[in-house]
Amino acid sequence: MTVIVTPSSGHKAGDTEKTDGGGARGRRLPRIPDRIRQGGLPYLLLLPAVVLELLIHLIPMVIGIWVSFRQLTQFFIRNWGNSPFAGFDNYKIAIDFDAPIGQALLHSFLVTCAFTVLSVGLSWLFGVTAAIMLQENFRGRSVLRTIFLVPYALPVYAAVITWAFMFQHDNGLINHVLYDQLGLTDRPSFWLIGNNSFIALVVVSLWKSWPFAFLMLMAALQNIPRDLYEAASIDGAGIWQQIRTITLPSLRPVNQVLVLVLFLWTFNDFNTPYVLFGKSAPEAADLISIHIYQSSFVTWNFGSGSAMSVLLLLFLLLVTAVYLFLTSRGRKGSDV
Amino acid sequence: MSRPRSPIAPPRSFIWTRRVVLTALAAFALLPVYVMVSSSLKPLQDVSGKFQWFPTNLTIRPYFDIWKTVPLAKYFVNSLIVAGSATVLSVVIAVFAAYAVSRYRFRGKRVFTVTVLSTQMFPGILFLLPLFLIFVNIGNSTGVELYGSRGGLILTYLTFSLPFSIWMLIGYFDSIPRELDEAAMVDGCGPIRALFRVVVPAAVPGIVAVAVYAFMTAWGEVLFASVMTNDATRTLAVGLQGYATQNDVYWNQIMAASLVVSVPVVVGFLLLQRYLVAGLTAGAVK
Repeated sequence: MTVIVTPSSGHKAGDTEKTDGGGARGRRLPRIPDRIRQGGLPYLLLLPAVVLELLIHLIPMVIGIWVSFRQLTQFFIRNWGNSPFAGFDNYKIAIDFDAPIGQALLHSFLVTCAFTVLSVGLSWLFGVTAAIMLQENFRGRSVLRTIFLVPYALPVYAAVITWAFMFQHDNGLINHVLYDQLGLTDRPSFWLIGNNSFIALVVVSLWKSWPFAFLMLMAALQNIPRDLYEAASIDGAGIWQQIRTITLPSLRPVNQVLVLVLFLWTFNDFNTPYVLFGKSAPEAADLISIHIYQSSFVTWNFGSGSAMSVLLLLFLLLVTAVYLFLTSRGRKGSDV
Repeated sequence: MSRPRSPIAPPRSFIWTRRVVLTALAAFALLPVYVMVSSSLKPLQDVSGKFQWFPTNLTIRPYFDIWKTVPLAKYFVNSLIVAGSATVLSVVIAVFAAYAVSRYRFRGKRVFTVTVLSTQMFPGILFLLPLFLIFVNIGNSTGVELYGSRGGLILTYLTFSLPFSIWMLIGYFDSIPRELDEAAMVDGCGPIRALFRVVVPAAVPGIVAVAVYAFMTAWGEVLFASVMTNDATRTLAVGLQGYATQNDVYWNQIMAASLVVSVPVVVGFLLLQRYLVAGLTAGAVK
């Protein structure tokens, strides 16, 4: 659902402050009377956005946290305010890795981590390769750019349902190529159940997210000054050397944002497994959001589902904070 | 977008690597599209048997059948209403909010931007159930039906695209010289008139990019659509699953319907892609 997580959440706040401070110096004197006269206007302009954010994002999150401390099962769904207080029971069950529920959650978490690392890593690799190769002008460049953006433009469910068709056991394209045409497997494989489903999921996720990496990196490459390349080639640097010494280092600021965005987006992905496998994913591809959906809406145990969601949010917050801390520190160090 | 060739032509090794790699990537990107198009032109027995690269019995029947097997037209209209309204509202609200942040200094500005942006991190699953409970309760206590209605879905989707839209438009508005709207105010425009007469016309590329993004977000969402709609308000995201019955999976019709529901967004996106690239370049990659 979060198709693009905003690039640069960490950045932007700082940026706004900066431009603001700079602009304020220039217009402080003539502006002050205006500001007093229109004191309420900025708040009025923000009001619709604030109301919606409260209604759709913030209040539900608070309720979600509240529910995670309740024993909210199907018996209390009509009357959820009266569900019994559960303390940390939901959390204890979720992280009791010796019991079946905790074990399944841990397994799902590890599957999601492996899936995210593979999908994000490959998406970045594909995106950066395509962006660098389309940096120079040549015939067919704009056609290729359009083709590469097609997976990003297709609605998720239409695209993923097509992949589901391609992965069918009897009538799918993948088995036709691998078994009938190339003879690489001894018999047609099952792709949407069993262990292969993990591969199928990574392939579909990669197909869906690399164009976004390509789009962001392509936009970033346009900001690298031409002179750098010209100077380098006069100094005798070949194209591969230019890529290594100019292109890749200039992409570092974009990479910081892009990798974080892809990580959050992939880790939270619900649409891909849901359309690919249906309501219950095979164990090998049991991503965390599908797993939580299962344990809330299929077993009607909302208290423990919410506890798992809160744990997921805490994990994402922690990773984001550590990531931003490490990458900004690394950046400062390399600037010196 | 064209740029001059570098003074020294790249070596043959690079050109050949480029050819091979770009061809492979293009094939990967387009493979599902090819499967979608070719399979949508096959009769049912051909998509139920071994996969064929080239249709042997061409037919356009699936394109007529898709409207009868499931009420696709109804889902289509629902999706259009929901995605269209969410887009328009999201753009208008984002323009106001971004204008406030870009042009005014006020207390709580930083709290606002940071909070709005961080909501993008929330896993959808965390607020799916609470939102469901809120909608049901609002319905019970005020009679305003949000659960199962298009209105509830519109509110939800427009909020999903708000953070990114606001953030991208702030970047865009910041790049428009302040002198422009200040001159308009000196000429007697109020701040709102100045916004619509000066700032909005100058930010058209950014606004188009945001609108495309908001429409795609709403058109493609699955999780909330599957919980928050009923038979009357079902959108394409859920409706497309109706082609699989207990006895038969009408793959040719699924492919035809997938193509039909993709055309509006893909064509719109490809026509407007230069705005999106320009918007990203202005906002994201500063």
